[in-house]
Amino acid sequence: MVKNLYLIAWAAGSILAAHHAAAQDFLIRGATVHTASSRGTLKNTDVLVRGGIIVALGSEPGTSNATVVEAKGKELTPGLFGGLTGIGLDEIAEESQTLDSGMNFKSPEWDQQWRPELDVALAYNPRSFVVPITRIEGVTWTMLVPSAADSIIGGQGSAVTLDGRYEAVLPGSRSLFVQMGAAGAKAAGGTRAAEYMLLEQAIHEARATGPMTQRALLHAAGREALTRYLTGGRVVFQVDRAADILKVVAFAKRNGMSPVILGGDEAWLVAKDLARANVPVILNPLNDLPADFDRLGATLENAARLQRAGVRIVFSSGDTPQARLVRQLAGNAVAHGLPWESALAAITSTPADIFGLGASHGRIAVGQTADLVLWSGDPLEVSTLADQVWIAGRPVEMKSRQTELRDRYVEKVKTHQAR
Amino acid sequence: MIMLPRAAALAAAAFAVSVAFASEPFPSTYQVPPAPPTLIQGATVLTGTGERLDGADLLIANGRIQAVGKALSAPPEARVIDAKGKWVTPGLIDVHSHLGVYASPSVKGLDDGNEATSPVTSNVWAEHSVWPQDPGFETALEGGVTTLQILPGSANLIGGRSVVVKNVSGVTYQAMKFPGAAYGLKMACGENPKRVYGEKHQAPSTRMGNVAGYRQAFADAQDYQQQWDKYHRELAEFNKKKAERTEGASKKSKDKDSAAEKDLTPPSPPKRDLKLETLAQVMQGEIRVHMHCYRADEMATMLNVADEFGFKIEAFHHAVEAYKIADRLSDKGVCAAMWADWWGFKMEAYDGVQENLAMVDFPEHGCAIVHSDSADGIQRLNQEAAKAMAHGQRAGLTVTPERAIRWLTANPAKSLGLDDRIGTLEAGKGADVVIWNRNPFSVYALAEQVFIDGALKFDRAHPQNKPRSDFLLDGHSVEAPW
Repeated sequence: MVKNLYLIAWAAGSILAAHHAAAQDFLIRGATVHTASSRGTLKNTDVLVRGGIIVALGSEPGTSNATVVEAKGKELTPGLFGGLTGIGLDEIAEESQTLDSGMNFKSPEWDQQWRPELDVALAYNPRSFVVPITRIEGVTWTMLVPSAADSIIGGQGSAVTLDGRYEAVLPGSRSLFVQMGAAGAKAAGGTRAAEYMLLEQAIHEARATGPMTQRALLHAAGREALTRYLTGGRVVFQVDRAADILKVVAFAKRNGMSPVILGGDEAWLVAKDLARANVPVILNPLNDLPADFDRLGATLENAARLQRAGVRIVFSSGDTPQARLVRQLAGNAVAHGLPWESALAAITSTPADIFGLGASHGRIAVGQTADLVLWSGDPLEVSTLADQVWIAGRPVEMKSRQTELRDRYVEKVKTHQAR
Repeated sequence: MIMLPRAAALAAAAFAVSVAFASEPFPSTYQVPPAPPTLIQGATVLTGTGERLDGADLLIANGRIQAVGKALSAPPEARVIDAKGKWVTPGLIDVHSHLGVYASPSVKGLDDGNEATSPVTSNVWAEHSVWPQDPGFETALEGGVTTLQILPGSANLIGGRSVVVKNVSGVTYQAMKFPGAAYGLKMACGENPKRVYGEKHQAPSTRMGNVAGYRQAFADAQDYQQQWDKYHRELAEFNKKKAERTEGASKKSKDKDSAAEKDLTPPSPPKRDLKLETLAQVMQGEIRVHMHCYRADEMATMLNVADEFGFKIEAFHHAVEAYKIADRLSDKGVCAAMWADWWGFKMEAYDGVQENLAMVDFPEHGCAIVHSDSADGIQRLNQEAAKAMAHGQRAGLTVTPERAIRWLTANPAKSLGLDDRIGTLEAGKGADVVIWNRNPFSVYALAEQVFIDGALKFDRAHPQNKPRSDFLLDGHSVEAPW
């Protein structure tokens, strides 16, 4: 408890320290504000930003000498969550030297080295080409995820802001990631049953006092890291099969973890249980094919059914270069029965809440960090583009390597037609 | 050997006797199913010819489009569909699909897309890998896809023949096979072949190795063609002589006749080589080349290779750098089949831009195609187009819905050589038609009804009638637990 309070105070301090001087005060006037909060959508509303924080929200919220951005009724949302990605960790999937999202010692299965102490956020590079390409589409933050290779525990990841700062981690968001299901079974000697066996062993080691046994899964730092998650820590389990989801939830609760389901293609089959256990699901609402034998129940209705049952949902494709398409995930979920507001929440406020950032991120509300996006139309519509993005109160230069490539070649194309 | 000048080579090819034996050893068994005439009334119709008609009707009968226009009348037995507020387009065509060859579920037993055992496998035919029970066909149908070209993967320089199918369910692929559609040949540039074979320490391991590989394969096919040409010449000569002797024999005495027969032996045909046979047919223009190629410089190289051997590349697929040579592709009449925004997953995809489709489309003869290469993407080709339209618009390249629909219909039909049969809503064309609940270039748009050759294959209002793969029968009943 003391630790959590410390983290929150530190978070607030670091945001102000980094951006107090740089962030300009401004007023967005006359926007259609999708707050992603209980206030819903506010028409013809002004948003005042000072020192990188939203300080007022309403009609003509106080006069000031702030710069004015005329929204003219355009739609404003919180900065979007890009999902669970390797943005700033992985550059080009096929080029291993550009990849930092996972550890692979290639150790034999019988001599596993579990390293839950790994925190991939340390590898984050804000100057990755992916960062501007993603943020000019309205995605202002993402959750960095370690990829599991050697063992079913990939390590830890944290949320980062995509405004380009070097110290980009959003404190309080650090989570542990565990690979379950068929993908985990591969690293657990061939059966998903062994995933629980090995996890039990690691937990036993973490809780044990005294010297470590030979053939231990964990080092001292790993024991310490894992212990932190056994008292309500957030553990993200990647798992799709309905039966596995229930097992994982029961296992996590039994061991003092707060589970989050990642994947969950069959989560709708156990929606009531998830709602009752208050376990959120991070899913890709486009998954509708029986892509493997863990996902035979995949359906485009997954998101809508979970929401109807009262399960909190978050959208993520898990794709790093295409994290920017998260709006398309949300829009399709709406086309298949999810209320529009729930779809927006699934890419704004719900991920912020789930990753411990709800007090500062994910909503347009007084006191929140000013991560904002002004859109050319309906924010969930594929034909809509971001007109302007702000992160922590600073306007993002709406430029990326891709817009520069476009500008270099587009004139050549236009003049060819004229010939 | 003296190389023939290009013109002479082409002329020789034009007169060459086909090397194909049974041209259709695996014939289509598809037949247009019986269906009542259908009148779709009062819709916004994107014809695929570049026209948009508001409040228009579409009359379908006998599997074909009979008329498009205002206030059409229908025969009394016709099914009449009120489509006010709805949009009607031609059925969507995906020129780059691996449905059936890389089926769901993704398991070893169904991994049949790449014969990655040799860099040139023009002897393999994708259709022999197609699993007709792939549930992806049904989800693609729900996305409005009525025709698709199924290709081998891109591990090889020359991966094999494609097959064009109608998106109808069948126990065999022959029941899906588009009657009379030309075969395609899958070729691949760049990283995939050089990676796959480089890792095996064999050629090609570089891009220069790739180009040497294509050229040698076609050079071998030229030689093969010449052997057959020679054989056919000798055979003709033999037949002529035989005829002359038979004629002569009737005039001369019978005892001389038997001696004369002895010196006349028929030529023996060369042994069939399935690899070279396919490539020879490519050079004769019977098989259409579809080439996986990302980078602009490699596409330019391949246009030279095609010229050298006298074949045409119908479309570059993926083509993430097509925008850099949009002018050249337009001048050459070569299509580019693209994603809206895929990029960055490998080095040759690093320069992807979201304006690619709009930029390729812009020049006078620009032929832009939206393709999927994905069991997920094929379900939302309309959304891919919508994204590309929006980015084009922002770059000053306006694309109207009536133009953009061509990226999904008329242009892919052209690249498949089927533009006289599908791809537009014109009288006489096959009645592949989609009724959308709204403007299809929206994330909220859903295909409500999908017709193939006039038969209603998907009806969102009656999901129980939709095709369902044998694989999906699971013996469980699900009580709505939500």
